[in-house]
Amino acid sequence: MHLYATELVGAEAYDAQEHFVGRVRELFIEPADQPNRISHFLLSRGRFQPLLARYDQIAAVVPGTRKLSPRFGATIRLNCSERELTLYTPNEAWLAVRKDLLDQQIIDTQGRKVVRVNDVDLSEQKTNGNVELRLTQVDVGLPGAVRRLLQGVVAPGFIRKLQNPLPQKTIRWEFVNLIEPDPLRRVKLRITHEKLEDLHPADLAEMMEDISAAERQGIIASLDEETAAAVLAELDERLTTQIVEKLDPEKAADILEEMAPDAAADVLGDLPKETSEELLEEMPGHEASEVRGLLAFDENTAGGMMNPEFVFVGETATRDEVLQWMRLQDINVDQLDTIVLLDGNARFSGTVPVSRLLLADPDQRMLELKTEPLIGVPGNADEQDVFDLFDKYNLRMLTVTNSEGRPIGTITVDDVVSRLVKK
Amino acid sequence: MNWEAITTRVDAVKTRGTDLQKRLRALRHRLTLLLAVIGPGLITSNVDNDAGGISVYTQAGAQYGYTLLWALIPMTIALYVTEEMCARMGVITGKGLSDLIREEFGFRPTFFVMITGFFVDLANVVAEFAGVAASMQIFGVSKYIAVPIAAALVWALVLKGTYRQVEVIFLFACTLYLSYLFSAIFAKPDWLEAARHTIIPNIRLESGYLVMLMGLIGTTIAPWQFFYLQAGFVEKKVSPRQYPQARADVLFGSVSCMVIVFFIIVCTAATLYKSGHRDITDAAQAAEALIPLAGRGAGILFAFGLLNASLFAASILPLSTAHVICEGLGFEAGIDHKFKEAPIFYWLYTILIVVGAGIVLLPHAPLWKILIFSQVGNGLWLPVVIIFILLLVNRRDLMGEYVNTTTFNVVAWVTAIAVILLTLVLAYTAIFQGGAPAG
Repeated sequence: MHLYATELVGAEAYDAQEHFVGRVRELFIEPADQPNRISHFLLSRGRFQPLLARYDQIAAVVPGTRKLSPRFGATIRLNCSERELTLYTPNEAWLAVRKDLLDQQIIDTQGRKVVRVNDVDLSEQKTNGNVELRLTQVDVGLPGAVRRLLQGVVAPGFIRKLQNPLPQKTIRWEFVNLIEPDPLRRVKLRITHEKLEDLHPADLAEMMEDISAAERQGIIASLDEETAAAVLAELDERLTTQIVEKLDPEKAADILEEMAPDAAADVLGDLPKETSEELLEEMPGHEASEVRGLLAFDENTAGGMMNPEFVFVGETATRDEVLQWMRLQDINVDQLDTIVLLDGNARFSGTVPVSRLLLADPDQRMLELKTEPLIGVPGNADEQDVFDLFDKYNLRMLTVTNSEGRPIGTITVDDVVSRLVKK
Repeated sequence: MNWEAITTRVDAVKTRGTDLQKRLRALRHRLTLLLAVIGPGLITSNVDNDAGGISVYTQAGAQYGYTLLWALIPMTIALYVTEEMCARMGVITGKGLSDLIREEFGFRPTFFVMITGFFVDLANVVAEFAGVAASMQIFGVSKYIAVPIAAALVWALVLKGTYRQVEVIFLFACTLYLSYLFSAIFAKPDWLEAARHTIIPNIRLESGYLVMLMGLIGTTIAPWQFFYLQAGFVEKKVSPRQYPQARADVLFGSVSCMVIVFFIIVCTAATLYKSGHRDITDAAQAAEALIPLAGRGAGILFAFGLLNASLFAASILPLSTAHVICEGLGFEAGIDHKFKEAPIFYWLYTILIVVGAGIVLLPHAPLWKILIFSQVGNGLWLPVVIIFILLLVNRRDLMGEYVNTTTFNVVAWVTAIAVILLTLVLAYTAIFQGGAPAG
């Protein structure tokens, strides 16, 4: 039978002897025990301390009537007497449906957005003489809103009739990811963000914009460093700055290490001097010095856009040699698009797109596969010049060289697009 | 030649030079930081001086001269105190006011706030377009031309602009309020007398005076301001580190708003009150009456000020309302979204403008009734929202160390209770006595 949490709130509970015990005020779930079973019902008794009814003490749940009789609400029948119920004490390890779920924001990992919960759908399961209620899905649409609005005012049966023609919008419980800013409570409620790690960082970043600062902080803190780095790289820089500032320096440095040096430099550049210094000191030596080198460039120059980590080989190497060598390196394959060539003096001598590498003969040398023309920019070139070059020559990557003609970094077309979109 | 002495002097000058450079750079950096945050406070406070507000101030000056000016300082305090709490909430939690109300107080209170807000704001939008019609009439343009054009302009601005673009335009509109400064100057008022009345309170215990006083204070604080202000800081992603700048924005906004009110009252007091034109009932009438008294310049500037205020408010009020409702019901909202991303937000905005402008164009538009309706609605809405704000801003789990200090709490609660009482009394007079000054 389909039940709604809204209908159960305010329901009257009667014990096995048909004595009135109290009204349902809250439904609890114990994530540590069973993640979707209603484990306890809070029954309020007016002046007296509230009681708790356990899931195995529920004999039947009778839904509300259609008519506007004085007792039109749902009723709960217990299979024990009032004496067997325990007194209520708050428990942080329990998830409270009204307090922690209703009207709160949750992450829909299937639809990849942040939504607000209007109501919670429950299903009945009859197990050896008892009734267990299980959470099936979360209602984020109009029917839930209508129920919340009219609950207690109008007969539940009537509300059900009203909601039928309305478009449903629900999310199955297994796709619901709770948002809890308090780290201790996250542990108690067994909230992990493993499912979030499967989502695309850009989708995650967009979702993070819809929640509060404290909640954002909580999610970043509980993601693994790689995912956190990817998300921060996509997030609006104002939010990224706020998040990084509040993180433990160690954790922040770990995340920054996972980022590409230019992304890390962008983040550090927006922080106040002391904070960025503190974080740079936490980072391992050679990565810190790479980032420091980038920070020396002004933001709106080629140096401020480039990534100092790029693939370079000698121009006399053959295709086979290059492929063999590349397989032994720890290269970010998803970002690889073009290879930089060096001449005998380690100076920049050209670029070879990976597509040409793909179709070349095994013993063709790199200098035969070079693209024309040979373009490099100095680190202090203005970003507008960089944009114009990309446009003029339909580039996908541009090499940045130092005063001696040696390549120091590369700018890829996605960097250009991000900058242009911001303008 | 004492080369040593000379080199030491040169070095000293150089260091002073670089120190100065460093200080200038630090100042410029702080200024850029400040400018990045400024906007919501300034805009919200100035939109307070909308068509309805200007009408009240005009009447205050025309009917009572300078004698109501002392209310301006308490009004500034009330405005600043309430707005600052919302700014603080927006910056620290990063959430809008509707969101917070929904999460902490539940669905039904949020729904109540949204519904009353919608209708009160709609009534106010009607008042704004009425202001556009009236001011354009002074320039000789019929309302059937002026209002549709104004509605189209206002609609296109928000639809096509980004948050930053729209903000810049609104900030520009704020500067145009200075037309009232010049209007006041042309009116050649007795500045000393005005200043005296601003600082020294003197309450006259006659009913007309008291009603006007309540109208003045009641028109200052409107709930839509809180939603718009908080949403503004959230959309600008202002960080807690920049909270001092946000507070400065709110302070500057409140003060500048009241300064404009000062000039409006002084202008009408020096001309209309002195010359006996004391039965002016709205701003357009005032602008017309000003022309023979203080010259074409004063009248035209006054009418222009009204037009600016009306257009400005006609863009912001629907925005704020759309925000409230979308946030509360969980729909996407915000100017930075495209139409397809936030359809309900843009549809609400469109409906409010179309209906608001449409009502003004009706041949026998019941404007007076609509204004009364908005006063009554305000009486329902405002107490609830202010109390919610006070409860939320004192929650340590939301605000951390940024909860109200005890002193601030005392000031805030006193202000809130005073404003609530005034609004309730205004609503009462609206229902039973056919309306107080239109606001």
